Amino acid sequence: MAITAGPRAWRRTAALQGASFTVPFFLGFVLFSVVPVVLALRESLFTQRSSGLGFGPKTIEFAGLDNFLRGLADAKFWAGMGRVGLFAAISIPLIQVVSVVMALLLDAASRRVAARFRLPLLIPYMIPGIVATLIWIYLYSPDVGPLTPFLALLGIDADFYSGELIWVSIGNLMAWGAIGFNMLIVYADLQSVPREIFESARVDGASELRVAWSIKVPMIRRSLVLTTVLSIIGTLQIFSDPMLFRSMTPETVTRDFTPIMAIYDWAFAQGDFNYAAALSIILALVVGAASAVFYRLTNKAPTS
Amino acid sequence: MSTATAARPRTRIAVIMGLVAFAVYSVAPVWWLVVAATKSQADLYTTNGLWFAEFRLWDNLRGLFTYQDGIFLTWMGNTLLYGVAGTAGMTLVCVACGYGLAMYRFRGRGVMMGAIIGSFLVPGALLTIPSFLLYTDLNLVDTPWAIILPSFFSAFSVYLAKVYAEGAIPPELLEAARIDGAGEYRIFFSVGARLMSTGAATIFLLGFVGSWNSFFGPLVYLRDQHKWPVMLGLYSWLKVKVDNSTDLTGLVVVGSIISLVPMVALMISLQRYWRSGITLGSLR
Repeated sequence: MAITAGPRAWRRTAALQGASFTVPFFLGFVLFSVVPVVLALRESLFTQRSSGLGFGPKTIEFAGLDNFLRGLADAKFWAGMGRVGLFAAISIPLIQVVSVVMALLLDAASRRVAARFRLPLLIPYMIPGIVATLIWIYLYSPDVGPLTPFLALLGIDADFYSGELIWVSIGNLMAWGAIGFNMLIVYADLQSVPREIFESARVDGASELRVAWSIKVPMIRRSLVLTTVLSIIGTLQIFSDPMLFRSMTPETVTRDFTPIMAIYDWAFAQGDFNYAAALSIILALVVGAASAVFYRLTNKAPTS
Repeated sequence: MSTATAARPRTRIAVIMGLVAFAVYSVAPVWWLVVAATKSQADLYTTNGLWFAEFRLWDNLRGLFTYQDGIFLTWMGNTLLYGVAGTAGMTLVCVACGYGLAMYRFRGRGVMMGAIIGSFLVPGALLTIPSFLLYTDLNLVDTPWAIILPSFFSAFSVYLAKVYAEGAIPPELLEAARIDGAGEYRIFFSVGARLMSTGAATIFLLGFVGSWNSFFGPLVYLRDQHKWPVMLGLYSWLKVKVDNSTDLTGLVVVGSIISLVPMVALMISLQRYWRSGITLGSLR
């Protein structure tokens, strides 16, 4: 309790004034976060119909759950969801494993060495996401990028924009941007563990690998769960990366390539906001379910 | 230090090799961008991407800043304006809210905390389409306010501010100020805000980075290209290649590098703050 002394009425005034510090935020929070959610729910229940031959004025009708039923049966939307789901299922564990390995390497090095490596390892984090994507798009490009000719020297004929490789290309650029940041969170967590624990294990004859796997990894579970949930939420909503790739290779990256791209397309290219709102809600439910399932799984696993 | 001496030399070499390999992977793409920015567009296509050719950086910069009457400078200015105005307002609103939540017990506080934590899980995508309809009603679409105003209210920043306030402000200090007769608002400005200045700087920096990176929001809410932030502008130049046959690759490359100069400068000079932000975030 922050407030313990003083007469009752005075304490209540103080608490009221304290509460008033939160008023500006919550007014804005309601307007810009709660109201849109309510609007999305409302919009999703209506539909636009053009009267006559499509020349007359459009009328808005109550449609009940029609938009949702249409969304649940929308093969293209679910194909995009499947693509992104598969991508998330492969890329997130990979990125996490590499982040942990890097953090363990940094932790195994001396402080002096670690300090020297920290800046270069964090450079990708300082590059804005769009610029990072632009850089990689050019690196992948068969015209200006150095990667294709280099691989050709090794006898590998790789087209990073092709349907087979596009997710590898996107995954690599996401890993490039994410690993440094994730690594630093895990590293900060590792640094807070008392060193004596590792020392006594080593005295008992445990190898470095064994110390890392049996002692360090269990210690950082909490920050791993955190970064993984954030990655799940972020990856299922992937938009700007494929959108930029679409500029280079519109045949591979179609306009409904990911769920958000499909939603954007329905709203702003086709002008069907009602259906786009329904799809947004479906996507939000899928993201929520995925995060919840992940939480469940990690909380069931043994802690030590 | 003790870890390094305890580790066997073979392990040590493996550790350093792993770190070097990853450092190369992290830095090489940026190196490519730096080299590419110094080349003429023709050299971009014909010379080795990882080493310099004829040095044409100044010509490229002149081309960048004069293209379409210097629209790139307008974009940079917009990005800076949205970043500074939006993030300054956000820091004030969110630090005050975090302070209130950390230092006082009042009815509804639990609900508020629940709403803040719960909103982390709401995907931003759910909000974008209905927000567009809301901003249309509020006449915000295609005005800078559509970018600046909503950025004031960041649940994550409130969370960081609350965690920071709990660690940085001893309740006894507030109690002492109260006994001296100071009002709650006066206490906030003379004691609370001062003790929270490091946390506030961290929140500002993280918010500024987020605003510099934002793409989906401006793409949806801004039509007039003179109001775009620089990321949207670069995207439009990238797209030009497909729509008609002019190739702006050279401009995109130089523009990318210029667009990240302020960000990198800010991050390197304020390293201490965003590192503390990262550890704050992992504390939950």
